[in-house]
Amino acid sequence: MHHIKTLAASTAIVLCASAALAQDSITVAIQLEPPNLDPTGGAAQAIDSVLYANVFEGLTRFDADGAIIRGLAQSWDISDDGLVYTFNLAAGVTFHDGTTMDAEDVKFSLDRARAEDSTNAQKGLFAGITDVTVVDPLTVQVTLDQPNGSFLFNMAWGDAVIVAPESIENIASNPIGTGPFTFTDWVQGDRLELTRNDAYWGAAPALANATFRFISDPTAAFAAVMAEDVDAFVGFPAPENLPQFEADPRFQVLVGNTEGETILSINNQMPPFDNVLVRAAVASAIDRQAIINGAMFGLGTPIGTHFAPHNPDYVDLLSNSPHNPDVARALLAVAGFPDGFTTTLKLPPPSYARRGGEIIASQLRDIGIETEITNLEWAQWIEEVFTNKDFGLSIVSHTEPMDIGIYANPDYYFQYDNPDFQALMETLNATTDPAERSALLAQAQTILSQDYVNGYLFELAVATVAKADIQGLWVNQPTAAVDLTGVSWSN
Amino acid sequence: MIRYVLGRLTSLIISLTIASIVIFAVIEVIPGDPAAFMLGVNARPDTIAALRAEMGLDQPLITRYLDWVTGLLRGDFGQSWTYKTPVADLISDRIWVSLPLAIYALILSTIIAFPAGIYAASRRGGAGDVTIMGATQLGVAIPNFWFAMILVLIFAINLRWFSAGGFPGWDNPFQALKSLTLPAIALALPQAAILARVMRSSLLDMLGEDFIRTARAKGLSRRQALWKHAVRNALIPVLTIIGLQFSFLLAGGIIIEQIFFLPGLGRLIFQSISARDLIVVESVVMLLVFTVIMVNFLVDLAYAAVDPRLRTKA
Repeated sequence: MHHIKTLAASTAIVLCASAALAQDSITVAIQLEPPNLDPTGGAAQAIDSVLYANVFEGLTRFDADGAIIRGLAQSWDISDDGLVYTFNLAAGVTFHDGTTMDAEDVKFSLDRARAEDSTNAQKGLFAGITDVTVVDPLTVQVTLDQPNGSFLFNMAWGDAVIVAPESIENIASNPIGTGPFTFTDWVQGDRLELTRNDAYWGAAPALANATFRFISDPTAAFAAVMAEDVDAFVGFPAPENLPQFEADPRFQVLVGNTEGETILSINNQMPPFDNVLVRAAVASAIDRQAIINGAMFGLGTPIGTHFAPHNPDYVDLLSNSPHNPDVARALLAVAGFPDGFTTTLKLPPPSYARRGGEIIASQLRDIGIETEITNLEWAQWIEEVFTNKDFGLSIVSHTEPMDIGIYANPDYYFQYDNPDFQALMETLNATTDPAERSALLAQAQTILSQDYVNGYLFELAVATVAKADIQGLWVNQPTAAVDLTGVSWSN
Repeated sequence: MIRYVLGRLTSLIISLTIASIVIFAVIEVIPGDPAAFMLGVNARPDTIAALRAEMGLDQPLITRYLDWVTGLLRGDFGQSWTYKTPVADLISDRIWVSLPLAIYALILSTIIAFPAGIYAASRRGGAGDVTIMGATQLGVAIPNFWFAMILVLIFAINLRWFSAGGFPGWDNPFQALKSLTLPAIALALPQAAILARVMRSSLLDMLGEDFIRTARAKGLSRRQALWKHAVRNALIPVLTIIGLQFSFLLAGGIIIEQIFFLPGLGRLIFQSISARDLIVVESVVMLLVFTVIMVNFLVDLAYAAVDPRLRTKA
């Protein structure tokens, strides 16, 4: 036994020594591996997790709190009618292959994203663009078909990063951007490596090397952090283990918010859910805190409408649907279902859905609604629930930032069709004055809450476990990103 | 002999053709549109259609099947939809994790099972036999994923002798072998338990045969008869089991690869199924089927070489 202890101690010393030599490198684990490295191609969030702000940059970008700040565009002017945006680009920016980044590249990127045959997963971000004109190498003019208050916000998305025609062909396997880190290696299934870009136009990052590792199994994630195989795990998948890390002086635990409104989606066109009283009954049957405690081990903020609570424009509407099974049963009786009914509850893979689904099923059973639970893989969920709308209820986290506009699309999978709301969204899009926009957004949130469109559960939280002496990691996830530009070791 | 080989060859080709049709059909009917999955919930219908065309999904099923099979015949496994790299490259990277892991586990399980099985057979009914048989009963009963987690807990988290998972690549062979050690042990132990039991019962069968009695009558001691005659003959069923175990270890490491986050073939299949990267799933499964059928073909030929009766029957 003594022998074992000596061995363990000497191993620890060797490990510490090697760590002391390598304080400008970091190993970060995330749960999912990017399927490819083209942020302008697929929808997979893992692509942005690895590449956003590290390898690729857009005209604007999100900072750690979700505010829109300057990116490759150092300043911009908006014409009085709100239709023409003139961007002044940073000077001396080069892509990692040495080619210059200028207005032509911006035009190429935006035109490519909005082209007929574009496979950009967020093509809607570019929908209002009618023309992109190169004024001079550092000035580019974007014309819109109507004023769009979210345009600068749209340009901050990972799907709107600036790419170059010279390197576009192999972008999926060899991403060439303008960011502070260059892509060096990707061992598929295991890890991806980034190296500091010494020719970076902005402030140089503290880290010289970064390795991303992909660990999907929650048990393996726990083991990898405990064994100190990884320095940080962003989006730690097992909330039940967090107290153990909090109690361990080697680690710090950061809990932040995401843009994920987690909802019990309701098929608004399928009887009996086309009756607002039935939807109101479902909303009253839900005990949000019980779901947060049971499914998320206490992580998450209750929401009463489809809006992120940390957003300054958020309106607290929880009082519209407090947990009250008696009220729920009464509403069902008035709607003509005194004995309840049976419906389907289709659940995608994440634990918030699978665990939350069991809890919601029991809460609904309490008021007389029986649910048939079906567990689906993501690909099946997209086909059955999202595309074919073959569901009664589902649970899903809508992770896109500022996505209240999905309620203006009557073909969206929960099929909410309210002309007043659609008109309101059109007004909102055409409004650029911040105060007016706030008022319109408050109105929109209230309509959704009063129509009980979906069961609003909670804002998804994100947990990051890191070594105690790492600083500068994002606490919140305003967009999927592991921004390493400000990360350093404190010792 | 030529007629026999031709006959075997024909059945090999028929098996492969049927396998390819079954694999393609089964995998293509899995619900979930690959293009819609890749583009996510905000994609517009025209974007999905554009991607479907790019992936060739707008072609009729039969055309896609023929494209795939003729590609395979030319040694072209196609292009992964999600990784956007040739499937052959994906496989060749992953096989250098899965194949060494399977061989490593097989060696470990053989090293444990042979002495244990022989010792138990030679001490039939004794304390040693009872202990070993008890231990193998336990070994068969313990699921390897649970055993893997216990190994990680002890050797990675508490003692810190090994990392909890991952694979550093073969640039440093020592580190590579080290990272495969815990997974190999986790895979090997249940296999060793099975193998030891087969070894023991096969030996006991042999010990009851006439030629052992003859050997004993010649004056060999029980132990001499066992080592000189019984062990060699007992190996035939044992080798059959080893062959079966090898294909299990190669294809069946999915869970172990997941626990130790190893970039092997099992994890590739797992990821590709959930990402609906059908072309990768089809090609990898076809490759595994091909391996198994090829091994059987070679075994058939080997049998024929040893046993002349088989040649004339065919």
